[in-house]
Amino acid sequence: MNTKSTFRTPAGRFLRHLVLVGFGLVMIYPLLWMISSSFKPEDEIFTDKSLIPKNVTLENYVHGWTALPNSFATFFINSGIIVAGAIVGNLFACSLAAFAFARLKFPLRKLWFSIMLGMLMLPHHVILIPQYILFSKLGWVNTFLPLIVPKFLATDAFFIFLMVQFIRTLPRELDEAARIDGCGFFGTFFRVILPLARPALATTAIFTFIWTYNDFLTPLIYLSSPEKATVPLALRSFMDAESGSSFGPLFAMSVVALAPIFGFFIAAQKYLVRGVATTGLK
Amino acid sequence: MTVQSALKGRVAADHGSTRRMRRGVSEGLAGYLFLIPWFIGLAVIVVGPMVASLYLSFTNYNPLGSPKWIGLDNYTRMFTADPRYLKAVRVTVTYVVLSVPLQLVFALLLALALDKGMRALNFYRSVYYLPSLLGGSVAIALLWRQVFGDSGLVNQVLGFFGIHAGSWIGDPDTSLYTLVTLSVWMFGAPMIIFLAGLRQIPTMYYEAAMVDGAGPLRTFFKITLPLLSPVIFFNLILQTISAFQAFTPAYVVSDGTGGPVDSTLFYTLYLYQEGFPNLRMGYASALAWVLLAVIGIITAINFVVSKYWVFYGDEG
Repeated sequence: MNTKSTFRTPAGRFLRHLVLVGFGLVMIYPLLWMISSSFKPEDEIFTDKSLIPKNVTLENYVHGWTALPNSFATFFINSGIIVAGAIVGNLFACSLAAFAFARLKFPLRKLWFSIMLGMLMLPHHVILIPQYILFSKLGWVNTFLPLIVPKFLATDAFFIFLMVQFIRTLPRELDEAARIDGCGFFGTFFRVILPLARPALATTAIFTFIWTYNDFLTPLIYLSSPEKATVPLALRSFMDAESGSSFGPLFAMSVVALAPIFGFFIAAQKYLVRGVATTGLK
Repeated sequence: MTVQSALKGRVAADHGSTRRMRRGVSEGLAGYLFLIPWFIGLAVIVVGPMVASLYLSFTNYNPLGSPKWIGLDNYTRMFTADPRYLKAVRVTVTYVVLSVPLQLVFALLLALALDKGMRALNFYRSVYYLPSLLGGSVAIALLWRQVFGDSGLVNQVLGFFGIHAGSWIGDPDTSLYTLVTLSVWMFGAPMIIFLAGLRQIPTMYYEAAMVDGAGPLRTFFKITLPLLSPVIFFNLILQTISAFQAFTPAYVVSDGTGGPVDSTLFYTLYLYQEGFPNLRMGYASALAWVLLAVIGIITAINFVVSKYWVFYGDEG
């Protein structure tokens, strides 16, 4: 691509890989350090500087899992319920809205579409407080509802935008063919557009998972009782409970907390590549 | 009207009516039906609260009482009688001004280094992208606390070179910079966008430049940079908006206080403190509206200035 002639020679190519690998290692090193430390006995974390623990122990994981009044199983179940609800909500509501914006002609469409685009840039903090007042009037504070219900109302404009962009690339002839075959708008949406939009739906699901799972501010505001806490909230109170003295269990639980994102990333990457490959074949 | 056109009209009308029968509803109505959830969300979750928040920003409101109208008092207090607020503004602006350009420079450099068709490209891309996915989490913020802590990773490495430093998190002069590092560490997402942008540049430009004897630097400044400028602009807008809203790392690293000595008191953290633990919801709403206005103004400035440096191919 570039005329970097020095990188074209075998030695240059080797040098470039060396730099890229070295840089990657520096970036990943804190993560490796955390994983390695989580398997070390408490007194060796800051004294044993090697990445490979001399004495491997699972003590940190065993201790960390049950260190809070509720075990981390509770927090994972809580996070799981919220994430699952958010994914279903986003897939349902954002795809409906995206189909309307991408395919249907209706009065004031341009106006609504630009309002949707405006929502993309709206800082969440502007509506934080009245939203809290609203949900507390409804008696939803300290339930999962404030974290799930808004997703069923297509409030994540980013995903609408993403799906609109994707649906616009699908050939319109498909819709027309479906209509000639007797499909109504809802039939066209469910039987033609949704199946073809699977890559965009997968992307939506993946990012909803990561954002919702990582989200800290919303659960911090709405979930006050310890048994309702999500994984990030639990990790935070974990730090207080251990008062910063024992790092082993903290590292261990951090590793456990990051594992789903990591796993999802690996698994979903495959799905995404396949999705792109199949649509590329058309 | 000729017979032919009349016939055509009738056929079209028939066609139209049968189509309408099959569809059940007209396209215009269908559009609104599909948008029902979105409209409810817009009204109840977004616009309603926005209006309420604007009203509350002119009141003194504690959720235990009822809002009391105080006019512009919240806004004047912010700029004249609230040193913590001014400190939060300084901290946030420093953070945005440092972290956004640094992050974009790293993203661009790495995207350029990952040449098309090179070996293990996907592997590198994944490795560099991973921190972007993990970085927003509490776990990573906790890790950062340790990495830059008293006997953390950074000081271990420095100790190896004979340099002994204290906690980077605990020192108000350096704590903010540890958060800047965390943001730069997450350069993977803009890098992916840059990589996609670089793919869009036709190779013939590079071939022509090579034929004309342009060196790598000249090629970069005369071809890559101008043709990539729309993507750079897109990344700049996106990262600026999200940097203004950074919350989790500051909260976790400082235990929710914004300390030491308010050195990590991000704007959003101050807003949270005022609105929730301190229950000054009127004041917090005013803070939120100023944030919205600032983000709006900066985005607008970015758009105006972009006319002078962003190059859209179809114009030239």
